[in-house]
Amino acid sequence: MKILVAVKRVLDYNVKARVKADKSGVDLSNVKMSMNPFDEIAVEEALRISEAGKADEVVAVSLGVSQAQETLRTAMAMGADRGILVESDAELQPLAVAKLLKHVIEKEQPDLVLLGKQAIDDDSNQTGQMLAALMDWPQATFASKVEVGEGKAQVTREIDGGLETIEVTLPAVITTDLRLNEPRYAKLPNIMKAKKKPLDVIPVADTGVDVTPRLEVLEVNEPQARSAGIKVSSVDELVDKLKNEAKVI
Amino acid sequence: MSKVAFDWQDPFRLDEQLSEEERMIAATAREHCQSKLMPRVQEANRREHFHREIMNEFGETGLLGATLPEQYGGAGVNHVSYGLIAREVERVDSGYRSALSVQSSLVMHPIYAYGSEEQRMKYLPRLASGEWVGCFGLTEPDAGSDPASMKTRAVASDGGYVLNGSKMWITNSPIADVMVVWAKLDDVIRGFILERGMPGLSASKIEGKFSLRASITGDIGMNDVFVPEENLLPGVTGLKGPFGCLNKARFGIAWGAMGAAEFCWQQARNYTLERQQFGRPLAATQLVQKKLADMQTEIALGLQGCLRLARMIDDNNCPVELISLMKRNNCGKALDIARVARDMHGGNGISDEYHVIRHVMNLEAVNTYEGTHDVHALILGRAQTGLQAFF
Repeated sequence: MKILVAVKRVLDYNVKARVKADKSGVDLSNVKMSMNPFDEIAVEEALRISEAGKADEVVAVSLGVSQAQETLRTAMAMGADRGILVESDAELQPLAVAKLLKHVIEKEQPDLVLLGKQAIDDDSNQTGQMLAALMDWPQATFASKVEVGEGKAQVTREIDGGLETIEVTLPAVITTDLRLNEPRYAKLPNIMKAKKKPLDVIPVADTGVDVTPRLEVLEVNEPQARSAGIKVSSVDELVDKLKNEAKVI
Repeated sequence: MSKVAFDWQDPFRLDEQLSEEERMIAATAREHCQSKLMPRVQEANRREHFHREIMNEFGETGLLGATLPEQYGGAGVNHVSYGLIAREVERVDSGYRSALSVQSSLVMHPIYAYGSEEQRMKYLPRLASGEWVGCFGLTEPDAGSDPASMKTRAVASDGGYVLNGSKMWITNSPIADVMVVWAKLDDVIRGFILERGMPGLSASKIEGKFSLRASITGDIGMNDVFVPEENLLPGVTGLKGPFGCLNKARFGIAWGAMGAAEFCWQQARNYTLERQQFGRPLAATQLVQKKLADMQTEIALGLQGCLRLARMIDDNNCPVELISLMKRNNCGKALDIARVARDMHGGNGISDEYHVIRHVMNLEAVNTYEGTHDVHALILGRAQTGLQAFF
């Protein structure tokens, strides 16, 4: 069995995002970038399935700028066997990413595709679902437990107010939630070995996929700063403020 | 020109000057240290206890002897990476960095650099995995900054040597499986590999240390210890043997001290931002901001110096005096920073809950061991005047 894992290069989760002065987006110059944490979980899950003897190849795929090769190297240092980068300097929105992944899938023929449920930069939470639809494959989103069996997988999903366990036939798309596993960090010898693992770069133009953005970002703003609270002198004043100022009762 | 953002934590953008691989190694080291070492250190320091399994965990991640080639259990990384590892370990505790430095630079390095192929194959893989712990015996009760005055003697005997003498302030000696001991054979300093359990060999713990409490320190006693011929390090004679090891270790200390300093600085920043007195955060005062600016400046310069030093070592183009310069500067500055950070924490600064007092205590030893601040000044003084002032 072959597993394909999609990994995205995003602003590091420790970095405080700064909005560009012209409000066109988040300033990414000179800031630390790293693998989307949900994708790390997806890589870890693929490796665990492989280490349990249920898969014989784990291929990491990324889509985007040339520097995303570093993200792929990280996946390979964790243990993925090889990497594929579909290189594009243009912005790639979820639909374009799903179409490009479909292109890679048709070539690679994996039995399972794992992705983070969303990327922590745009929080779209769309790519996995769109990909499953484009492939006409079953999807299991927000996975907190994955059991791979013969030709199928049992997936426990985190849903509002509880857990839902479903079975999907393979090939399928699974998107990973936070509690699925705790990703490993790469060991030094594996970091050194990752340098020698194959990494293919495919220019986006060679895929023939139309990646034109369908959504236009009008403006990006910093979250509003919270204003300080005040002390009220009586219950009456509190009720009055809740009624007339906050208008919540 | 658009305005370039200032990264207060990394003013020279050190991260950007690293290779992809070096960044990954630093990330792994940080992850390892924050998840495996940080949760243990407070108790370990309180109870003066070294968790032996830390060595196995270091080994599993590949952090021991990381610069050595793969066939000996190393990862074949460069010196920049080794420095980045030391910085991350010492961000947690200088004692843990000492354990790592001793194993990597003072035990594995001499066996690799001066040992026979048989010695390499016998010891290095098990030291790299942490299955064995090593220690380095140079300092003696009456020979510290002047190691040439050592009294430990080796005398040739049938099939090997008989060693007599004692060593002091030896990191890891009470738990060591392997000891690299320096002794005079016919008045020439030579290196010997001793193994735990050799008749006449003893190592006891030094109690009551108020520095590096999370690391174990002891002495080594040798009373007619027979060491077989094959345990003599064949590749080196004289003081350049131990000094070659110490240069590697001092290089790691220069990076490590900055890790400890970074921790203290950031802790002081956080504390003074949160601590409200007279109706405003302490960090809103000029006295505090000046201290923070001084810390930031010294750390940024110290790390940038470390990186340049490491690149020179990796290019095989580094004079040893430069290692003295960086070891001396960074240890002295780190100690100052830790003391000031302690002060900025007010009364809370003396509680180990805030970790800063532990770094202050540790850095007292780090400033002293592997060449004191003053002795490194003498090395630099001699290099620019041509006059030795050691004695």
